[in-house]
Amino acid sequence: MSNVPSDLKYAKSHEWLKVAADGTATIGITDYAQNSLGDITFVQVPKVGAALKAGETFGVVESVKAASDVYAPVAGTVIEINPALDANPEKVNQAPYTDGWMLKLKLANPADAGALLSADEYGKVIG
Amino acid sequence: MGVLQTTPLNAFHRSHGGRMVDFAGWDMPVQYKSILEEHKAVRQRCGLFDVSHMGEADVQGPEALKFLQHLVTNDCSKLFPGRILYTVMCYPHGGVVDDLLVYMRGADDYLLCINAGNIAKDIAWIQEQAKGFNCTVTDRSAEYAQLAIQGPRAAELVQTLTEVNLTDIKYYHFTNGVVAGVKCIISRTGYTGEDGFELYCPAADGAALAEAIVAAGAPFGLELTALGARDSLRLEAGFPLYGHEITEHITPITAGLGWVVKFDKGPFIGSDVLKTEKEKGSAQKIVFFKTGDRRIVRAETPVLNEAGTVVGRVVSGTLSPIINEAIGSALVETAALKEPLAVDIRGTKLNLQLVKPPFVPLKKN
Repeated sequence: MSNVPSDLKYAKSHEWLKVAADGTATIGITDYAQNSLGDITFVQVPKVGAALKAGETFGVVESVKAASDVYAPVAGTVIEINPALDANPEKVNQAPYTDGWMLKLKLANPADAGALLSADEYGKVIG
Repeated sequence: MGVLQTTPLNAFHRSHGGRMVDFAGWDMPVQYKSILEEHKAVRQRCGLFDVSHMGEADVQGPEALKFLQHLVTNDCSKLFPGRILYTVMCYPHGGVVDDLLVYMRGADDYLLCINAGNIAKDIAWIQEQAKGFNCTVTDRSAEYAQLAIQGPRAAELVQTLTEVNLTDIKYYHFTNGVVAGVKCIISRTGYTGEDGFELYCPAADGAALAEAIVAAGAPFGLELTALGARDSLRLEAGFPLYGHEITEHITPITAGLGWVVKFDKGPFIGSDVLKTEKEKGSAQKIVFFKTGDRRIVRAETPVLNEAGTVVGRVVSGTLSPIINEAIGSALVETAALKEPLAVDIRGTKLNLQLVKPPFVPLKKN
């Protein structure tokens, strides 16, 4: 069974979003996604300052098996990327919701996150 | 898609958490826990692979040797009972039908080990070529389970399960013996570049043998290992995989397997074409590369010269968990090998550093 924390928001494309009170959000991929991909060998993320549109590809997660696009669940500007993933992309496998986070966004419109899936809704998506 | 074939270890894989995939029509585990961890276990300790999907065939009769000399590129007259030979068999145009192991059990009695995805094609090909020779070719694939125990501690582990003195079996030699109460062909071979054994046993005994090896494996750091690690281990060792470095369209000379093509033994299927290629030089060559980057350079990626012209294509690619960078092989125009080569991975240009494999130091057996 995949771990789906109840305090996060989710996209159907298997990213999670954790919104902070200051209008920023942390983004990563879900436990289900990392488990489906298998051993993650490389994570490509945009540079700090990049402006992302909702639904836009923001990077690539590569596993031994395949390279998969990852999508911005909401619009915003990249304010921080996880520097640890360059040398240790396996953190995405080991701790997808904590050490394996990918980037932080300054949200274009913090209310956008409300339209994303709840943990219960995402749980149904992944069956 | 038809029903997948299963090995005698199918229930074993499922009960041990194997992640099952369709591999060349077989329902096989690609990994148990982690491809990277399984790979490291084989380089550092030992791993157990189910390779029961591999095919086996008997070639028997007064002209068995004469036929094999005609069929394959390597020189089977060098064999003696208990000795194994790696070879390829080719079409008349020089492309590869398959690569295989030839086991000599006795005079007029040989066993072939062939690739899972090629069993039907190979058996039909071998039987067709055997017409006119006084020997029989019999498909035994369904009768054998085959387990590979690979890694620097493999011999210690297997020794706890058999009275056969394993130090007497050198690399590419075999003997008949009992392992964990199961009658086996004990073959000191493998597809990982490590020391180890491939055990051929009756299909009905395969699961029990696997369980016995697992039960004895803990002190030796045994991990269950599957097809994902098998592929990355063979590529790191520089071993070809049918369908990648060797195909119907890639000859053994092109693939760098000239050492298994022995023209001095007399004519064999494809020998004229291969001899011409060897003398005149190959138009293309299989080369191995690393990139210094972790991005995997996958099969079919175009290989570019400095001008950006496509001069080849990648045929295998993975991440080496040992050197922590992408490794692979490519089929490249020979004329282009003098200049720098690169690939474009999602907009990032990566230079190919050509490497003579293995990519990691391997212990000699």
